Amino acid sequence: MTEEIIIAGFGGQGVLSMGKIMAYSGIMQNQEVSWMPSYGPEMRGGTANVTVIISDDRISSPILNKYDTAIILNQQSMDKFESTVKPGGMLIYDPNGISRHPSRTDINIYQVEAAKQAAIMKASKTFNMVVLGAFLKLKPIINLENIEKGLKKSLPERHYHMIPMNIDAINQGSEIVKAIHVL
Amino acid sequence: MNIEMIKPENLVYTKTKLMTDNALSYCPGCGHGTAHRIIMEVIDEMGIQEDTIGIAPVGCSVLAYEFMNIDMQEASHGRAPALATAVKRLWPDKYVFSYQGDGDLAAIGTAETIHACNRGENIVMIFINNGIYGMTGGQMAPTTLPNMKTATSPYGRDVKEMGHPLKMTELIAQLPGTYYVTRQAVHKPANVRKTKKAIRKAFELSKENVGVCFIEIVSNCNSGWKMRPNEANIWMEDNMFPFFPLGDIKVDGQLITK
Amino acid sequence: MKELRLMKGNEAMAEAAIRAGFDGYFGYPITPQSEVMEHLQKERPAIRTGMVVLQAESEVASINMVYGGAASGKNVLTSSSSPGISLMQEGISYIAAAELPCLIINVVRGGPGLGDIQAAQSDYFQAVKGGGHGDYRLIVLAPSSVQECSDFVKLALELANKYNNPAMLLSDGAIGQMMEKVELFPQQPRWTLEEIRKKKPWATNGRLFNQERHIVTSLHLIPEKLEAHNNHLQAKYKEIEKNEVRYEEIKCDDAEYIIVAYGLASRTAQKTLQLARAEGIKLGLIRPITLFPFPKIPISTYAEKVKGFLTLEMSAGQMVEDVRLAVNGRVPVEFYGRTGGMLPAPDEVLAVVKNVFKI
Repeated sequence: MTEEIIIAGFGGQGVLSMGKIMAYSGIMQNQEVSWMPSYGPEMRGGTANVTVIISDDRISSPILNKYDTAIILNQQSMDKFESTVKPGGMLIYDPNGISRHPSRTDINIYQVEAAKQAAIMKASKTFNMVVLGAFLKLKPIINLENIEKGLKKSLPERHYHMIPMNIDAINQGSEIVKAIHVL
Repeated sequence: MNIEMIKPENLVYTKTKLMTDNALSYCPGCGHGTAHRIIMEVIDEMGIQEDTIGIAPVGCSVLAYEFMNIDMQEASHGRAPALATAVKRLWPDKYVFSYQGDGDLAAIGTAETIHACNRGENIVMIFINNGIYGMTGGQMAPTTLPNMKTATSPYGRDVKEMGHPLKMTELIAQLPGTYYVTRQAVHKPANVRKTKKAIRKAFELSKENVGVCFIEIVSNCNSGWKMRPNEANIWMEDNMFPFFPLGDIKVDGQLITK
Repeated sequence: MKELRLMKGNEAMAEAAIRAGFDGYFGYPITPQSEVMEHLQKERPAIRTGMVVLQAESEVASINMVYGGAASGKNVLTSSSSPGISLMQEGISYIAAAELPCLIINVVRGGPGLGDIQAAQSDYFQAVKGGGHGDYRLIVLAPSSVQECSDFVKLALELANKYNNPAMLLSDGAIGQMMEKVELFPQQPRWTLEEIRKKKPWATNGRLFNQERHIVTSLHLIPEKLEAHNNHLQAKYKEIEKNEVRYEEIKCDDAEYIIVAYGLASRTAQKTLQLARAEGIKLGLIRPITLFPFPKIPISTYAEKVKGFLTLEMSAGQMVEDVRLAVNGRVPVEFYGRTGGMLPAPDEVLAVVKNVFKI
């Protein structure tokens, strides 16, 4: 199994940390992982993206231009990454703030209203975990137990009390994800 | 000479064993040889030769390690304080000193000088200031006096064109990292004695980890200045000393107010 | 028990420096490698192992601190990125001339000039062919993963000390910034005084144990002596070339074409190889791990068997010259590169392979 993922959105949406939790969780289940962020001036006040690869085998290129899954969280990222999903691949997006929805017909497209859900839960910081829940529902490549371990690895100990809230957000995400276009 | 006189009890002076037997490469009349000798005498008298590392510069004293009979490193131009910083930090129980001329310390190595002083490295810095680049053949130095003629200021240093002489010692004395800052000379026996005392004080303080101890020695460069040694010393007294006055500038971490 | 972590390449190098038993780090912040010193400072190595970490006033000061520290017999390192490494070149030349073992990490970014802060491989010439003045060589290791960032810090220190020669890790901004799984090696003790005396008897650290006094210098004013010293250095570099070549080959056995790539580009090449094999194109990969010494012999050997080589670099073509020297005209050596922080993509490289070899 090799899953090549791009997560893209605004800085501050938790794009990088969501990738990190996925990568750590991958390590917890003995897989190879890579986490390759965009960095530098392009990050300042603008978009942030990270390529995460989780694989049973040695990972070749950590930098890709085609992905199995694109998780898209703002319009700029939609414009940039919709076309990079491999035919037959998957695109998950939050419609919040999206004015041009994805139009490809050769990929699976799902929506998760994560911003809305996080607001309902009065836990805006768990936004990225709602998105992660949606992804894991569709591609259960990591089990929840390992996500919990991954959260522990990537959070400082003083934030451990927030883990149940994050797990809850993941569960919510897996429930609210809905199909827009399925092959 | 009465051969009978040569016996140990009559000995009044001998070359310290911490100076090698190599012939000094300095011009006759130059202050470097004396400066070398009194540093080595202090190290000898303190019995710290096995615990001292010296850093030589680029300039006339590039070969200082040929004459100073202790562990020595030869730095690239201007970087002696960086080497000294690392050695002292990695060997905090050792004595570490740098030995630099004016081009090395006050031109190309200005950043290293100021930052080593500002960090308060527990090192001794010896600064030989003769107002000229001796080794490369008498070019203008950062400390060349106004109107002074050198190979690269053949009509005299025009401060409007070429900038002003830099009083590095006064400058670093302002930094909280320096503890003892003094300006001395080695052209007369009384000065040699005072300078040696200052060097001794600096090495003793360096054991107490109080910060940089900085000794400027205003010296002559008779060949660079194109004078006979004695003329050079008189010229130094008449011209260098008024601009670079001798005496303590900072003692026990306190600036001396005059 | 295995100690697995998810770390950035930069962090892994810093952690490895503590664990390898380095005595001192001297550096100056520059993107994209600032995490090296940040990690070191955060980890309080003074408490963990007694390692000294100092933020210097410039790269020039850093490399000269490395000179002083190495000359005093300690195991020291610095890290920087391309423009900073350019500033260090004078010091590196002195260190090589004075035969001081130490480690210099270059997390390469796009150049020339201020360039950008994205990943590049355009400092190959500088690292491998000298960089500073005079005839000298660095031992140059090129990690291609975060794991190798950690492992090669330890290896580089061993090689530097084995040959009394500065070693360089030539990484890049992407490997520095990306996170991967890394298995950390256990803490190695720092050298004791007795070990320093035994292993670095030339060091200037006071006359430790009543030894003779020592001088560390790169100045040899008498031409005959300088030539003799240079001959000694060259003999040492030959010895390094004989003993220390490291490289990896993937699917070269039946290959008709071989990509030569190091560091991050070799990862792209691996993916290209998978794509090519899926299409039935017999592509192999040679990944130089040591850039000096360069794996001339394996490349030369394969030049007898394959139809052509493609050198893939994140530069305008630097290592390709060494590949061409090794192949010596027997088969075509093509080049493909991207610069300025642009990274070649696997399918883009495959298209190049098909095009240049008319497959």
